[in-house]
Amino acid sequence: MDSPYTTVIGLEVHVQLATNSKLFCGCSTQFGAEPNTQTCPVCIGLPGSLPVMNRLAYELSLKTAVALNCEIPEFTKWDRKQYFYPDLPKGYQISQFDLPMSSGGFLEIHDTKDQFEPKRIRITRAHLEEDAGKSVHDEVAGKADSEIDLNRTGTPLLEIVSEPDMRSSAEARAFLDELKLLLLYIGVSDCNMQEGSLRVDANVNLHLETDEGKIATPIVEIKNMNSFRAVERALDYEAARQYRVWQETGQKIGESPKQTRGWDDAEGITLGQRSKEESSDYRYFPDPDLAPVTASPERVHEVKAGLCELPASLRSRLLSEHGLSLYDADVLVNQGRAVVDYFLEVAKQSGDSKSACNWVTQEILRILKDREISIGDFSVSATHLADLLLAVKEEKLPKSRAKDALELMDAKNIEVAEAIEQLGIEQVDESALMTLCQELLDANPKIVADVQAGKQQAVGALIGQAKKKNPNVDPGQVRKICLELAQKD
Amino acid sequence: MALTRKDVEKVSLLARLRLSEAELETLSSELAQIISYIDLLGEVDTEGVEPMAHAVEVSNVFATDEVKPSLDREQALANAPSSNGRGYLVPPVLGS
Amino acid sequence: MLRAATDEVIWCRLFWGVDRHNSDRYFSMSLLEHSACELLQLLEEGKTSSVELAQAYLDAIEARDSQIGSFLRVDAEAAIRRAEQIDRRRGKGEQLGKLAGLPVAVKDVLCDRETKTTCASRMLESFRPPYDSTVVAKLKAADAVLIGRTNMDEFAMGGSTENSAFQVTRNPWDLERTPGGSSGGAAACVAGGMAPLSIGTDTGGSIRQPAGLCGVVGMKPTYGRVSRFGLIAFASSLDQVGPLARSTQDAALLLETIAGHDPQDATSLDVAVPKYSATIKQPLKNLRIGIVREHFAEGLDAEVETAVRDAIKVYESLGATVKEISLPHSKYAVATYYVIAPSEASSNLARYDSVHYGYRTDRAAMLKELEEERKELETAGDQAGLNSLDSPLVRMYRQSRAEGFGPEVKRRIMLGAYTLSAGYYDAYYLKALKVRRLIRQDFDAAFEEVDLIASPVTAQPAFKLGAMADDPLSMYLVDLYTVSANLAGLPGISLPCGFSSGGLPIGLQLQAPPLGEETLLRGAYMFEQATDWCRRRPSLER
Repeated sequence: MDSPYTTVIGLEVHVQLATNSKLFCGCSTQFGAEPNTQTCPVCIGLPGSLPVMNRLAYELSLKTAVALNCEIPEFTKWDRKQYFYPDLPKGYQISQFDLPMSSGGFLEIHDTKDQFEPKRIRITRAHLEEDAGKSVHDEVAGKADSEIDLNRTGTPLLEIVSEPDMRSSAEARAFLDELKLLLLYIGVSDCNMQEGSLRVDANVNLHLETDEGKIATPIVEIKNMNSFRAVERALDYEAARQYRVWQETGQKIGESPKQTRGWDDAEGITLGQRSKEESSDYRYFPDPDLAPVTASPERVHEVKAGLCELPASLRSRLLSEHGLSLYDADVLVNQGRAVVDYFLEVAKQSGDSKSACNWVTQEILRILKDREISIGDFSVSATHLADLLLAVKEEKLPKSRAKDALELMDAKNIEVAEAIEQLGIEQVDESALMTLCQELLDANPKIVADVQAGKQQAVGALIGQAKKKNPNVDPGQVRKICLELAQKD
Repeated sequence: MALTRKDVEKVSLLARLRLSEAELETLSSELAQIISYIDLLGEVDTEGVEPMAHAVEVSNVFATDEVKPSLDREQALANAPSSNGRGYLVPPVLGS
Repeated sequence: MLRAATDEVIWCRLFWGVDRHNSDRYFSMSLLEHSACELLQLLEEGKTSSVELAQAYLDAIEARDSQIGSFLRVDAEAAIRRAEQIDRRRGKGEQLGKLAGLPVAVKDVLCDRETKTTCASRMLESFRPPYDSTVVAKLKAADAVLIGRTNMDEFAMGGSTENSAFQVTRNPWDLERTPGGSSGGAAACVAGGMAPLSIGTDTGGSIRQPAGLCGVVGMKPTYGRVSRFGLIAFASSLDQVGPLARSTQDAALLLETIAGHDPQDATSLDVAVPKYSATIKQPLKNLRIGIVREHFAEGLDAEVETAVRDAIKVYESLGATVKEISLPHSKYAVATYYVIAPSEASSNLARYDSVHYGYRTDRAAMLKELEEERKELETAGDQAGLNSLDSPLVRMYRQSRAEGFGPEVKRRIMLGAYTLSAGYYDAYYLKALKVRRLIRQDFDAAFEEVDLIASPVTAQPAFKLGAMADDPLSMYLVDLYTVSANLAGLPGISLPCGFSSGGLPIGLQLQAPPLGEETLLRGAYMFEQATDWCRRRPSLER
């Protein structure tokens, strides 16, 4: 390894669960409403109000924890995490402390660009908690009052904490990509980072080999990263910064309190944040307003059995059963289950996984992207695409016209046979093709001469002319026949 | 466990109470007295006893995921000591 | 056990000394005399109207409450309006609720969208909840006439109602003495004949103790029997709403109205509510009464002990067997309670941060003072002081809370924040939760042997106002006999069982296993029928 240090990264991901109503009340979780229009006595924390847990929020959490291979204890409870902040109206956040609903899971990550070996990132725990509201600070801090919006207060969040198992920003990125994909597959969150449905904090420090032996630098928590790209950049920046600081100060872990730094995306730097007053004595204790939840092994088993096929397993199935490359499998799986299903159907009906993969990953995905539509909105069904592939295979449709046929099928919502007909594609028989080629050669003695002199590529000019005379000719065949005839001369 | 005046000051910040010198004095002695009474619990053998956080122990109480009407903004902000009609107002969070 | 007819007459005369309803005078007097159940019957038979009844009680409040101070607010117009509506509906032959037309007083701790809810605290002096608590909603649905909001210790913390930020409440039996607390207003208004029924809350004895000190019936149901939704929390795992009334039958009627499962309270029990008022008159056969060895110890007033022992003899005369039992951990109950209750309270009261509702300090003055402090520290070059100086936001929190809360509330917030803080959690909070289970297990074992446990409610009759002002710990120890029921979640009832030589009521407490309200009420009714303590009313000669 070239680097003088190893970067050690752990991630903390907050995922907003896909419920209609908040975790403890019936207020909507819809993003983007006018401030303070989605609140009620419970989420404002009005005196006398009481929380009752949203069943779906718990079930989505359980599903995620099971998908992350976590252990699900039979007993879990909710605790109050107490601190004062204007966007936290009760003066405490309902969260989980010592008995979270899940712990000890893992997520496998891999890298198609081969920057690192496939590895298993351990999940420390995943627990269900409520979100806080939003403080809108004035630009000139310290001058005007802050405005508080409680619409987001009480939105269900799943906090997923990883062990510090990642060793590079690329691994962190791969973890986030894989996690997001998993969450989307199991349908527990829309993972929209712009709307705050997925938030990432990172803990990072360096391990160095020195003359005194192995040492570690102080751990820094990075916040305010608004995209996965930002996470990568922030981690790279922070690793370099910590190395510089270590070279300057030699400070080791434990020699300074844990620091929190915010990522400034525009400047591309991390900045130290004011530490919260009196550090953190959150005075956790079990929330007496909420009942604990029990999950029997049978229940956990049921959830596991009810899970859809997860990305990792799907990917390996594409490799083993369909002979796809890891790269292609990844492209397909990353598109989501609907695209994978589309591919699987095309492959099944055409009996040709390789072609199906090429068509789906190239043509179909390009069309979807250009038109910003999803596979469900694409008018050519998997069956019809498979028919097209079969037509090519059976040489009813020249490869060169296949894209035209697809476009027509899509535009007119017709099947491949009709497209072939409308395109006027007919099989050109061998003798007609011979005649056509001979005519062309006769009309172009210079090309014949060039070919005979060894410049085989000269024949290319004839292919265009042949297509002009008969659009149904197969360029490959034209080339082959012309070369043969020219040599004979 | 002896409770000191310093503990009381620390807790008053944790609890966000501003206490006068006199209050700190009185509270230090009153709380110390109460705490020393509470220390009585130390003599109970609780080895192997499960904590009991609820008076009646029920579990798995849920509500269905169903959107119900929220308060009007006006109603929501009606009790706010300071608001601008959109949100609650507080002195700068970040301080000066 | 003398019938106190003369007292009643004197009392009524004083009540109606200045009487604007001369023609109805005699009848109004008896209106105030009847039990709630009897009043319901009179209403149904058309012998009185809701308006007449409401007016009688409003007049009683006006005449009497300037001395007692049981109500924080009475909205006479709204009460009459409401009574008129009910009369109209009755006239049309509409189906009416269980308490149709009966005045009910509500402790100022249960949210009601039609009135402020203050918890007797400056912090909530102008708080108007935009929603009804479940109990208030049930009372409204039962067509009760909510006659006023009763005084209490601030946030229900206290046992004398002296911690109210707004007024003192006096014991109708002796105006120099406390009515008890925290539901002091709730008990005093019933004892003083200003409401036939009253709603209180009980976290460590706050219904039973004032009921005992005021000579009325007060009941704390099983935890979870009555919804806490809209009850402004003091200690969530201990708080329970319950009835206060002049008789067990009335208490049963009020309890069955407010009890029941509430999907908005996750700790509410999903168990059907028996019709307590229908079964209350059935005597319990083969009743086994337990008396607790540890209860009759040092500190128990001799007259109280005699009254309670006499009460137990009454049960024996009714065929009950009495068995001495032991609750070995009962001596730790108060200590356990004073860890758990303040811990939960410190958390429950964190929401009063002057941001979303409640009292906020004067901003300009607060900032000015802060600025002066800063300058002073700068001049002195005190860097450590500057570093620890509050930010404007933190100062706003601290100043608002310091001004909005009274001394007892601050004391408990401090105590609770301390017992939950890092390093002390295991020694105090966690330890208390474990002892709590041992206390509960003691009861479970005891109830294998007995049906009801009889005990004093308090060690002494009502004490003088101000007597314990400077001694919080002694004040806490008043809860000795009552806190266990809250810790264990059991139902308990306090009913009059005698009077001290000074003429102060003495209460008998009965406790039953969880959800044993029916047994409890039937057992209490047996005693009530055999004695006449419940029919005594305070005289106004003092």
